[in-house]
Amino acid sequence: MEHEAIKVAPSPQGRVEAAPRGPEPPWRRRPLETAGEKLLEWLIRLCGVSAILFVFGIFFFVFREGAGLLFGELDLARFLFTTEWYPTSNSNVRYGVLALIAGTGSVTILAMIIAVPFGLGSAIFLSEFCGQRTKETLKVVIELLAAIPSVVWGFIGISVMNPLIQRVFDVPVGLNVLNGALLLALMSVPIMVSIGEDALKAVPDSHREAALALGSTRWQTIYRVLLPSAKNGLLAAVLLGVGRAVGETMAVLMATGHAINIPHSPFDPVRTLTATIAAELGEASVGSSHYQVLFVIGILLFSITFAVNLAADLVVKGIKKS
Amino acid sequence: MKRTLLCTLLALSLAAGCKKKEASSEGAAEAKGAKPVTIQNIGSDTMVNLAQAWAEAYSKAHSKISVEVSGGGSGVGIAALINGTADIANASRQLEPAEEEKITKQAGKHPTEHIVGYDGLAIYVHKDNPLDHISIEELSEIYKEGGKINKWSELGVTSIPGAKGDDIVRISRQNNSGTYHYFREHVVGKKNDFKPGSLDMNGSKEVVELVGRTPGAIGYSGLGYATPAVKFIRVSKVKGEPGIVPSIATVLDKTYPIARPMFMYTPGDPPAHVKDYLAWINTDEGQKIVEQTGYVPLPKK
Repeated sequence: MEHEAIKVAPSPQGRVEAAPRGPEPPWRRRPLETAGEKLLEWLIRLCGVSAILFVFGIFFFVFREGAGLLFGELDLARFLFTTEWYPTSNSNVRYGVLALIAGTGSVTILAMIIAVPFGLGSAIFLSEFCGQRTKETLKVVIELLAAIPSVVWGFIGISVMNPLIQRVFDVPVGLNVLNGALLLALMSVPIMVSIGEDALKAVPDSHREAALALGSTRWQTIYRVLLPSAKNGLLAAVLLGVGRAVGETMAVLMATGHAINIPHSPFDPVRTLTATIAAELGEASVGSSHYQVLFVIGILLFSITFAVNLAADLVVKGIKKS
Repeated sequence: MKRTLLCTLLALSLAAGCKKKEASSEGAAEAKGAKPVTIQNIGSDTMVNLAQAWAEAYSKAHSKISVEVSGGGSGVGIAALINGTADIANASRQLEPAEEEKITKQAGKHPTEHIVGYDGLAIYVHKDNPLDHISIEELSEIYKEGGKINKWSELGVTSIPGAKGDDIVRISRQNNSGTYHYFREHVVGKKNDFKPGSLDMNGSKEVVELVGRTPGAIGYSGLGYATPAVKFIRVSKVKGEPGIVPSIATVLDKTYPIARPMFMYTPGDPPAHVKDYLAWINTDEGQKIVEQTGYVPLPKK
């Protein structure tokens, strides 16, 4: 049926194989056309490969800038396990990023504690409960949430959340872990929703029908059938959210207070790895050890996001197989 | 879709690091020959308001010259001078010998220093804070690594309306700002470092803004950035001495203890249009703008 429909009006560019048997077509391919097609094919191939080139290019660049210090005078144990970050000290230059790692870690973990229930809940609602109309509206709005630039989030953090947190929680300063985590949660929810929804949609309807036929309620269907069969996709959604949170820079730079500090409560200000690079790289003179140590932080961040993304990717592959 | 997302995430997290560098690299090449001649003026965040006011007033009077001002910090300006992308670097601190050497090496010329005005470094607290006087020693104890003052009650302040708790919220600058360097040198102590845990803001204005929003905070920033939400307090060298209010008079007669000159650096002997601009800054007209923007003009000759 469908094949016939295609055959009705063969376009001049149509593939030769599309018209089986029959007399030779009145048109022939000119060599120029074939060359053009080849060229386009190559261009598209190049576009496809370019992503890989860029990633490796970036990795190479970051690594090259940081390698001198990383394999040179940097004491890796002191770098990773002390909290003293004094890159411009007159008397005693110290590069310890433990407090920065703690900053990134605390903000990310709290953000995920807030975002995961919301993100996955929203994904379940979108794929299982709501009507087509609501779904379309919700998706548009959620995508809008993803489109807000991070500097705008940071601005909200400073001018709206800061006084609000001070008042509600009765704390001296509103730029803290909680502030940054709330912003990051809002920023990573859209990713979780769209990927989580895809994962739930991928569960075959026969599963749902079977569950309902066995007399389970809607909640039981979701809890016992859908979540277990979509668990890989949902985990990938969460991990991508984590990647987003770890890599985010501007919003956390503005909202967390940018203070070198191992947090003891969600109300302590902290500083993250990304924010440190953003704040200091512009003024570190090229090639100095301060400049290089910032690139070593870049390598550290790269490793973290790479690990998270790789985990997400492997998990996604897991779904495709099943 | 998912794959592109992964790649973008990776790229984004790294691109963030390189963001700041792009801003300073345009333009300088066209300084010669192009129709309106551009002067690239990059540097100190403390001076950025002033530099912008100068640029506007000067461009109004001289339609053929356009002065492009950008901030980022003294370090950024000096880096731009080293890389040859700036005609004039603004700095709220003096060049370090290493930097001077680099400029000489890169530009082939020794950098020239021009003092264009003075800035009183004001100590800001929230407007409801009853504190009205502080000494350099106390400031040092608040800010330095291992310093002993952490609570407002240790300064004799028992209740600040709206403040939660007794802790002093220290607001500072990022560790390569000229203001940070100046404050370390003259208040914290040359050989000392800052106490960790201070909130390090990325601009003079941000410091004052955050103090204005945080009743329990203290911060340091240029005199010109005062807002109605904050107040600057009197400062004395030693505890017990009467404090001095930062003002034009006290900065000029050097009784205010934490005031500093503001510098503009050019590589070697600048071209005529840059020289004219610097000369104009030193005229009464240029210096009037210094006063209008809240800084301290050069003493009248």
